Parts: sequence; structure tokens; C-alpha cells
Amino acid sequence: MALLTLKKLCLKYGEQIIVSDASFSLEDGDFACVVGTNGSGKSTLVKAILGLIKPASGEVIYGDGLARTQIGYLPQETRVDGNFPATAEEIVLSGCLGHMSIKPFYCHHEKKHALECLSALGIGKLAKKSFSDLSGGQKQKVLLARSLAATKKLLILDEPSNNLDYKSRKDFYSTLKKLNENRKLTIIMITHDLDADDLIGNKVIAIKEGKVSVADTAKYLEAYK
Amino acid sequence: MIFEMFQYAFMQRALVVGLCIAICAALVGVSLVLRKNSMIGDGLSHTAFSAFALATVLGFTPIYFAIPVVIAASFFVLRLSRSRKIHGDAAIAALSASSLAIGTFAISVSKGVNIDLNSYLFGSILSVSWLDVILSLVLAAIVIGLYFLSYHRIFAITFDEDFAKSVGVKTGFYDAIFAAICSVVVVLGMRLLGSLLISSLIIFPTLSAMNYSKSFRGVVAYAVIVSILAFLVGLAASYVFATPTGATVVIANLLLFVISFVLKKIRKD
Repeated sequence: MALLTLKKLCLKYGEQIIVSDASFSLEDGDFACVVGTNGSGKSTLVKAILGLIKPASGEVIYGDGLARTQIGYLPQETRVDGNFPATAEEIVLSGCLGHMSIKPFYCHHEKKHALECLSALGIGKLAKKSFSDLSGGQKQKVLLARSLAATKKLLILDEPSNNLDYKSRKDFYSTLKKLNENRKLTIIMITHDLDADDLIGNKVIAIKEGKVSVADTAKYLEAYK
Repeated sequence: MIFEMFQYAFMQRALVVGLCIAICAALVGVSLVLRKNSMIGDGLSHTAFSAFALATVLGFTPIYFAIPVVIAASFFVLRLSRSRKIHGDAAIAALSASSLAIGTFAISVSKGVNIDLNSYLFGSILSVSWLDVILSLVLAAIVIGLYFLSYHRIFAITFDEDFAKSVGVKTGFYDAIFAAICSVVVVLGMRLLGSLLISSLIIFPTLSAMNYSKSFRGVVAYAVIVSILAFLVGLAASYVFATPTGATVVIANLLLFVISFVLKKIRKD
């Protein structure tokens, strides 16, 4: 069974149709880039996959033991206050909440897992550092570590390279590729750039005027030329 | 001087009630300030003012009447701002103005009822009874208990609500709990600072704490310490200088904030 399947998904804001009849599936280890113009419904689509908004019709089916609350989500950077007083460790620990049911406090296991996620991204030594003192690239890695703490199967990233300089962006993409290849993590990443450098996955999910199409990246780039 | 001050039963009662309020206000203040919802305290305090006034006019015990009314008002503001039909700050401003108007109207039409408007506006902690002390202790225990049981979820929602939702945190439920906690704190705080000053007790300790710590846990801890310290300094100063307790506590909070700001600047340089 596919890790994620969308069946005739229709999303609306009020009476306005944002996405209509979206049907596709993603397998373990897929890396899909979601592309489309501003306001095309990219964020709406991933929010529906995350269960943050209810579809008008159709359904999202999670397979291979994936639970809705165990998807690692990296929202757009602008949604997070860069000056928030919190350490990297506090932020990453909040990724473990999806595994904790109603348990009120973190135990040794969650603390160890959070540190492992930070170390996996090469920022273990930043655990006690304040989020506000980190560079843009480091902040993004901390948020990625929080997403990793939440999942072992599916990462969803909403324009993660926004506000990153060229070098940080390359570094961030390389980290994502490693996670995808080494851990067989399935990744869905929204990007508004149609540059081949940004389409780093094996699939492209394109949204145009509410219609969703999925293609292999090579074929998509060929057609786009 | 300290021993002399606490020989009086009214000062002992004020100390216990004030400490309860200082701790609870600091706890809720951290999330309110960081979520840029500081004005909620102001809006709810005006609602508490109208509830106190109405309760007195109708012959009810003010605090028992005010708690459910303010909780209902906080749920209403929460629902209104979530519906996106009206912005949160506009909802709070509308609530503040209408509550103040209802309270003033109730007081002006009541005849033969003796209402101490000053105590509603600026607090009267020196006049609390032993029953108020017990009620404050019970409510503070509930607020502190709920806060610590929800601490990690409150952090997640405060930092990034969308992410918190994505990992299954029931943000609506915790928002409702938090709104109820804020309401109880505001109603309790009315006794200390009154409706015009209570929001300062919610805001100042967090602002000061953010100058001392850059971790969430640190900010919560420092906010509680600063709030307790400001209350003790304010209470003692008000006794020594015979000034209004509420206003003196706010000035102590302001001074501690200025000190924290200067210390931060010195550390940076």
C-alpha cells in the first residue's frame, strides 16, 4: 500500500474551489516538489494532507503504518517568530508531542530522541543555544530537526528555502537529499521556484488553476522547457 | 519593619492573596506576551469590572459572579477571533469598551447601593477577607496545576500553532483551558490592581524575564520570580509610604523592568 494516497480531493475556501479532484499516491522514499504560482493552493493542499483543513470532498489515506499526527511538518519560516525565547532543544522536543498521547511531561526517551535529531543534522552542539541567536540556516535546521522528531516516514516542508542565501539553500537541500536517501524518508516540499536546482526530488506535483498533476521530475523539466 | 507589617491580619491576607495573583499572572503572561495577545488581559479586566459592578447592583457576591462571566467573555473573544470575521484586537477593543460602558451604566442607574468605584478600578487588596484568601489559594492551585500539566503543549502552541496542530495537539481545547486560566487570573487580580492596572501584572514580569533569559523555561521561571519580587517590594513600599498597594506594585514592576533592561544592555556591551 502507498504511504500516502489522495482520492478525488476537493478543497474549498467558502465557495471558492482551490483544488479539485486531486488524485495521486506517494510511495516510501519518494521526494515530491509541489510547484505552482502564488495562491495556486500549494499550502492548502499540504494542510489538507496534514489534516489541518477539512476537504470539501474526497479523502487522504495514510498507509504503511503512518498516523496523521506523526508527519513532520516544517511551516513557512515567516510563521515562526525568529526572536522567540526558546532553546533549540525545547523546540525540537515539541516534535515529540505527536507520540506522547496525553502524557504531560517528556521522559528520557524523548529528550534522547530530540538530541539525536539535532545531531543527525549536524547541529547537536546548538541544543542549548537560543533560537534567536542562530543564523537563518541554523534556524531552519532546528525546525527541520523538530519535524524529524515528529516522524520516521513523511516530511512536509512549506517553502523551506525562503529567506536562505544561496549557500545555506544548497546546504539545506543537500541535507534533505541525504535524509531522503539514507533514511528512506518520503518528502513533500513546496517550492515556488521552477529552477531545476530547486526541483531536487524524483517527482513534481504541479498545481495550475485548481488542477493537480504529478510527473517525474525529468519529464516535467523537459515539458517545461 | 517587616515583622511589624505582618502583625496585622489584613497584611497577612494581602500577602497570601498577592503572592497567588503574582505567580498566576506571571505564568499566563508569558504565553500572552509571546503570542502578541497582551491586550486580552486588558479586555478581560474591563469585563471583570462590569461583572463586579453588575454583581454588586444585583446583590450577588462579586467574585462568584465575575468568574463565569469573564470565562464566557474570553471564550467569546476566542471564538470571534478564530472565526476570522473580526480581528482579535478589534474583538478585544470592542469587548473592553462595551464592558466599561455596561459597568458604568449599571453603577449609575443603581440607587441605594454603595459601590466603591475606586476599588474596582485600582484594586483593594488590603480589604480581602479570609474567605477570599481560601478562594485565592484554591484557584491558584488549580491554575498552577493546569498550567504545568499543559506546559509543553502551551509551549508548542505559543511557538508555532500550525505545527502543534499537525502533531495532534488539540489547540482549541488548550486555548479554551488557557482562556479560562486567564479569566480566573484577571478576576483574582482585580482585588490587587483593579481593572485599570491588572494587565501590567501580566505583561511586565514577562518583559523583564525576556531580558534575563533566552529559553522558554527560563522566561517562565524569571517571570514568576520577578512578579513575586515586584509584589513584595510594592507591598512593603506601599506600607512604608502609605501609597495605594496596586499602583505601588505596578511601579515596582516598572522599576524591575528598567533594571533588567539596563543589565541586558551592560551584558551586551
